[in-house]
Amino acid sequence: MNAEIDATSEKFLRGKYAIVGVGETPYTRGSGTTTRALGTYAVRRAVEDAGLGMDDIDGMLSYSGNDSIPSTAVAGDLGIRLNFYMDVMGGGSSTEALIGIAMGVIEAGMCKTVVIFRSMNGYSQIRIGGTGRGSGASNLSGDGLFGRAYGQSSAAQAFAQTFMRHMYDYGTTPEQIAHVKAIHSEHASNNPKAYYKHRVTVDDVLSSRMIVKPLHLLDCCVETDNATAIVVTRMDRARDCKHMPATILSVVGRCCKPRIDNHYQAGPISTVAGHYAKEILWPNAGVGPDDIDLTGSYDAFTFTTMLQLEDYGFCEKGDGGEYVSSGIMRLGGARPNNTSGGHLCEGYTHGMNMVIENVRQLRGEIDDSCPIDANGKRQHTYDYSNGGCRQVRDPEITANLGWAMPGTGSALVMAKGER
Amino acid sequence: MPLQGEYLGMSVAIPDVDRPNQEFYTHCGQGVLHLQSCVKCTLLRYPTTTACPWCAESEYVWTPVSGKGTLYSYGEVHHAIQPTFQQFTPYLILLVELDEQRDLPNRFDGLRINGNLADASGEMAKPELVATVGIGSRLRVVFKSIGDGMAIPLWTLDTEAKQEAPWRYPDN
Repeated sequence: MNAEIDATSEKFLRGKYAIVGVGETPYTRGSGTTTRALGTYAVRRAVEDAGLGMDDIDGMLSYSGNDSIPSTAVAGDLGIRLNFYMDVMGGGSSTEALIGIAMGVIEAGMCKTVVIFRSMNGYSQIRIGGTGRGSGASNLSGDGLFGRAYGQSSAAQAFAQTFMRHMYDYGTTPEQIAHVKAIHSEHASNNPKAYYKHRVTVDDVLSSRMIVKPLHLLDCCVETDNATAIVVTRMDRARDCKHMPATILSVVGRCCKPRIDNHYQAGPISTVAGHYAKEILWPNAGVGPDDIDLTGSYDAFTFTTMLQLEDYGFCEKGDGGEYVSSGIMRLGGARPNNTSGGHLCEGYTHGMNMVIENVRQLRGEIDDSCPIDANGKRQHTYDYSNGGCRQVRDPEITANLGWAMPGTGSALVMAKGER
Repeated sequence: MPLQGEYLGMSVAIPDVDRPNQEFYTHCGQGVLHLQSCVKCTLLRYPTTTACPWCAESEYVWTPVSGKGTLYSYGEVHHAIQPTFQQFTPYLILLVELDEQRDLPNRFDGLRINGNLADASGEMAKPELVATVGIGSRLRVVFKSIGDGMAIPLWTLDTEAKQEAPWRYPDN
């Protein structure tokens, strides 16, 4: 662990808040329903998972890119009377940022318990690549003159230069990066919820068609319809909830590189926001990368997982390709990553499903295919072969790394139970 | 009056209130790439902004630049999203680092300009040309008129410059 990290004194709200409930809809293509109904379903599941009633919830946060419904609709449908709500613009990096906001508003006495949700028909209605927004002959004005005028509109088109430059700067290879998808697909094969459950190989990734070089089709995440939700509350209330709390040690929200939107003007573009975020994340958590048992990373693309793990210090700068292809992040490895299959395989909900996965990992109650005993408790086999277990053995501390774009990131460190 | 034009079938409209962008594209229409230069710290910047990213000064003057640079990175689009661009695949989305202001104001900073690879007349590059360009290629700006006195900047191989073998994505 980094000697500069202060683990001896409590910092900020370290250990004082927890995630006590998580819930989601199935990950589908063609939900056949509205984002309002999806959001309501996920929020209800998360509140029930916490062992709380709707009367216990008085705060709500959501995020979207004009592709969802506001908190007021979901709260109204569920009979929740709110003392606080806010609907925030944004996609990736929002989950962790909103967890921090929830802690802040509770600490300020504005409300007691907050549900955060993300609801989207990301396949059947508005797709991230831009389809579904009524495109056609688009008007170029303002920022569009510097992007869409050059056929640069999707995330793959916007991030490709960062990925390519990393290959140039550090010799990162397509084969190394393809391991991210192969490993996440192994994990997804043990996740009954995952949209893509079949295992793919490095060769499958490399032989899939090119989307935006250096990204093959299988370097890109899945688009799905789904909603996800989590419940955040203070530790004194968390103790009374149904499950062991996933205690929040540290959170970073939308930490940015210089120039933010025009981040490619500043510094080497093969360095991403995690380089800055880690200076907040680790000291506030009182732990360092070596203390983390498993990670959840924003895998909109294979490359985003590599860049984040590298810039948060899980390996030396430039060694990300070697790290992700070493086997360390495979189930059974020293520090598994995205045990649900993440955005590449499980489903796409702008970061929240990887937080949900780590909460369940910390509880020791991952929903895999292992047998359930007479007491209703799942008996994990730790056999990670196809269709088997995906529970990590006795995880104590997790890290989630959120990504909006190369210039903006968020992060979260959680621990098992009260500290 | 708003400036209005058209590029590759996409309509362009820059309203009066967006004076920096009207000026940027009008300078391009006159055939010389200009960037905003801060009146206080003199640093150049791209794309157009409403204040200096290094000293927050809002006043600027337009300054001509060489329009020559080195390819810093690129993406090669094989699956186009915008219908207009489907006819051009594979096309390159370039990040060209201008010769001016490299490593300023901080090490590894630079004036990195977005654009597509084009031929010398400003038409989107054909696959044969796309295959020759990579990181390190020396490029120069070319302009394609979009109407109302405006032009859009694109990039083409600088045939007068010494070209080293560029770095390209390792295709098998």
